[in-house]
Amino acid sequence: MAEIVASLSEERIAYLEGLVSQARTAAAIFTQYTQEDVDRIVKPMVLAGLEQAQYLARLAIEETRLGVVEDKALKNMVATEFVYNYVKDKRTVGTIREFPERGVVEVAEPIGVIFSLTPITNPTSTVLFKCIMAIKTRNAVIFSPHPSAGHCCYEAVRIMHEAAVKHGAPEGVFTCLESQTLQDNAYLMRHKDVGLIDATGGPGMVKAAYSSGKPALGVGPGNTPVYLEKTADLNMAVVDIITSKTFDNGTICASEQTVVIDDEIYDSVLQKFSDLGAHICNEKETELLGRTVIDPKTGYMQPLAVGQKATDIARMVGLSVKPNTKLLIAPIQGVGREYPLSVEKLFPVLAVYRAKSVNEALTVCVDVNHAGGIGHTAVVFSRNDEIIQKFSELMNAGRIIVNSPGSIGALGGVYNDMVPTFSFGCGTGGGNSTTDNVNVYNYLNIKRVARRTQAHMWFRVPNQIYFNMNAVENLRQFPSRSTVIITNPAMEQIGHVDTVRRHIPPETLVHVSVIPDAEPEVKVVMQGVEALNFYKADQIIALGGGSVIDAAKIMKLKYESPEADLEELAAPFLDLRKRVVQYPTEKVTKARLIAISTTSGTGSEVTPFAVLTNKQQGRKVTLADYSLSPDVAIVDPQFVMSMPKGLTADTGVDCLTHALEAGVSIFASPYTDSNAMQAIRMVFKFLPIAYEHPQDEEARTMMHNAACIAAIAFSNASVGVNHALAHAFGARFGVAHGRANALMLPHVIAFNAGVPTKFMPSPNQRGYIAHKKYAMVADLLGLGGKTIEEKVKNLEAATERLLDRLAIPRSIAELGISKEEFERAMPELVKIAFDDPSWRSNPRMPLLSELAELFWSAYRGRSLPTVAKASQPQTAEEWSCV
Amino acid sequence: MTSNGEWLEIDGERVVQGLQAAREALASAHSDVVLDFSAVRRIDPNALRTMEKLAGLADGKAVKVVLRGVNVDIYKVLKLVKLTSRFSFLA
Repeated sequence: MAEIVASLSEERIAYLEGLVSQARTAAAIFTQYTQEDVDRIVKPMVLAGLEQAQYLARLAIEETRLGVVEDKALKNMVATEFVYNYVKDKRTVGTIREFPERGVVEVAEPIGVIFSLTPITNPTSTVLFKCIMAIKTRNAVIFSPHPSAGHCCYEAVRIMHEAAVKHGAPEGVFTCLESQTLQDNAYLMRHKDVGLIDATGGPGMVKAAYSSGKPALGVGPGNTPVYLEKTADLNMAVVDIITSKTFDNGTICASEQTVVIDDEIYDSVLQKFSDLGAHICNEKETELLGRTVIDPKTGYMQPLAVGQKATDIARMVGLSVKPNTKLLIAPIQGVGREYPLSVEKLFPVLAVYRAKSVNEALTVCVDVNHAGGIGHTAVVFSRNDEIIQKFSELMNAGRIIVNSPGSIGALGGVYNDMVPTFSFGCGTGGGNSTTDNVNVYNYLNIKRVARRTQAHMWFRVPNQIYFNMNAVENLRQFPSRSTVIITNPAMEQIGHVDTVRRHIPPETLVHVSVIPDAEPEVKVVMQGVEALNFYKADQIIALGGGSVIDAAKIMKLKYESPEADLEELAAPFLDLRKRVVQYPTEKVTKARLIAISTTSGTGSEVTPFAVLTNKQQGRKVTLADYSLSPDVAIVDPQFVMSMPKGLTADTGVDCLTHALEAGVSIFASPYTDSNAMQAIRMVFKFLPIAYEHPQDEEARTMMHNAACIAAIAFSNASVGVNHALAHAFGARFGVAHGRANALMLPHVIAFNAGVPTKFMPSPNQRGYIAHKKYAMVADLLGLGGKTIEEKVKNLEAATERLLDRLAIPRSIAELGISKEEFERAMPELVKIAFDDPSWRSNPRMPLLSELAELFWSAYRGRSLPTVAKASQPQTAEEWSCV
Repeated sequence: MTSNGEWLEIDGERVVQGLQAAREALASAHSDVVLDFSAVRRIDPNALRTMEKLAGLADGKAVKVVLRGVNVDIYKVLKLVKLTSRFSFLA
């Protein structure tokens, strides 16, 4: 910038600063205007432009010596009338668009001061167009016309400014640089108060605009390829091409440059061109033409030829043509520097190419497109939709014009329903930021006002759940030709398999597949699938704990959908509804899955989860999808009456952890809360009894039901950081899942009840409520406490008392794990816990350091906190979180 | 602070004249001048220019011009032309 300033005189800088100041003031004042104010100004401006269309066209021709006065007048009319027709009902102030179903509203913010460069080829029409856009969007514009079109542009700006100000626009809304220099442009392009550069001009100016560091709308150069395919309406095509290429003597950069014609129609097309006033050059004339109108040094068109009539160009070259010749047509044999006429020619000279095949035709079109016209415009004449589609895919052009003239077609609004414009965005291929037909929306900052939306939630449970003692009898009602029972050795030994068999309809062929009592491995699953295939099973009964039921879920998945890729299906996801990998819906076969749980903890009989171990890779993957949920769950306590004490304790605490984590989950809902809270109440009441009196049928029944109810809650609300910690710790030190959960639980309650270091994004909750939910649990359990803090403390204490009663170790250290060993394991524990998806529904986002601290807290162990004595009635506020 | 200063109400229909009167008042003022903009809905470029001059004059005299009751649309205009820092604002 310093160099630019140094190159300008003080007077010149003062002049430029004056222009910016004036525009800035006008733009600021303009922000107070309403849509109605703006629309009141636009219409008389348009009328003024229409009134002066011919006058401005004459001025442009006199000054630039380019083009055709009639066409320039037409352009001025399109720039006013057609653009008005497009913008008149558009909202450009305040709220401009609403999407009520998405809760999103778009609000317009003006840009402020726009610095606008206008070209020599379309000087006044571009000014008229930009003035209307600027007023419609409440922006001020400083114009910098092409040096050879200064006067006509100045007049166009004056006419627009007068009309605008007369009808209420702020003074100074449009200004025009007089006798500007490149330094002036450079200064203004970098001015801090200029918000946007709108550069419609030559490549150098567009590049300068983009190089300034300011947001810019630049228009790249064109080199429009045309494919005239054999199925096209040839009469229409030839007239359209002549109309377009001769319009304003070819000065519109979207006009046709090279027409690639199918061999079969080539001769007749050229004849038609000739009949309608085109001169077809022979080889020598083509060579002469190329040498004269294209600069051999640069390969670009000669400025002297731009916007000249065909007859004048012929004279310039020394060709003998008829006096009424409209167009010079030059056959070329290729594209590139050795074929000079294959580049952009903003005058009525058109190259043609004879293509022997569709492939050759399209290849040449690609070559033309890439010979200086990337991103601009391409034209195809064809009745074959496949050809049109292929052409559209191949051409890199912001506008693909079909069966209509390139130049007038690209302007929009005449031959098609594209947005009318005088500024063609050419996308990144043309070094531009947009491929749009530049329009009012490019002159606005569009603000998106997004209201908070509440995501749809769900509550899904298996179709049928049979519970209480002897619920297994319900197996009789499920007809089956071939049933495979998946179970583990213990179930066979203690006679549970026989119990189940007794209740299967007698006509059913039953096979028992015994798998190891461990988390299922891929190998075990595939063996099970083989059995299902061998027996052509139409029913699978999973009899066992979580591992067996999980195995059966995965066997069913692979049996029904053999192509399912388990590794891929285990891909991580954040939101079940938006997950990348979808579970198969097409099934080769179909089998009913009945899950009979023999432990009271995992609740796998109703959950959509299954854990799979890959021993070869040494890792576990969790599969999650509602299609994994069993079709029928049987929650019969007769299968848990003989559960050992330790297993009763561990699985019972697992159930409590499920319920507590579902209760505070960010996906908790009143539906899941009702299940979670009920399960918690049942666990606190019946788990100690089931532990101390294993034969107590009521306690066993209630705990078996509690596990299922808690699983229903966490199937819909998910779990939390407790599970992430337990998974990592349990796997590393070989500690049972329930016990690992138990070791973490009091510490996690305290962690979640505190003020989070990092909040978890949770659109369905209003504020942080985990501590309130814990307090609610304390109230449900009648633990007392006056404040939320006291109630949380009492819940922690009650949990610890429960764990003590169940003889759960108070610390990880008590398991015999040395501090050194634990310390060595810590980095890996933290890494695995952080990678675990469980915590993503936790109310508090755990930092890595916090995960480590939680592990260490569990290592050091718990000590009973003080219990608040007073029992206070619940307040409305405390309950309001539900 | 402002209670001792001169208090002028700006007529919403004659903003420039009101501001010119304020300039005259400012010329003889020794303490803050409070301009009540409560009745002003919108300002135009002339008003804005006059306000710029007013701010310059106040700077020269080392007194404060306090604008009262400026609606937020006008406040945004002043913000865009970087004039807000040169006035004090009273709700």
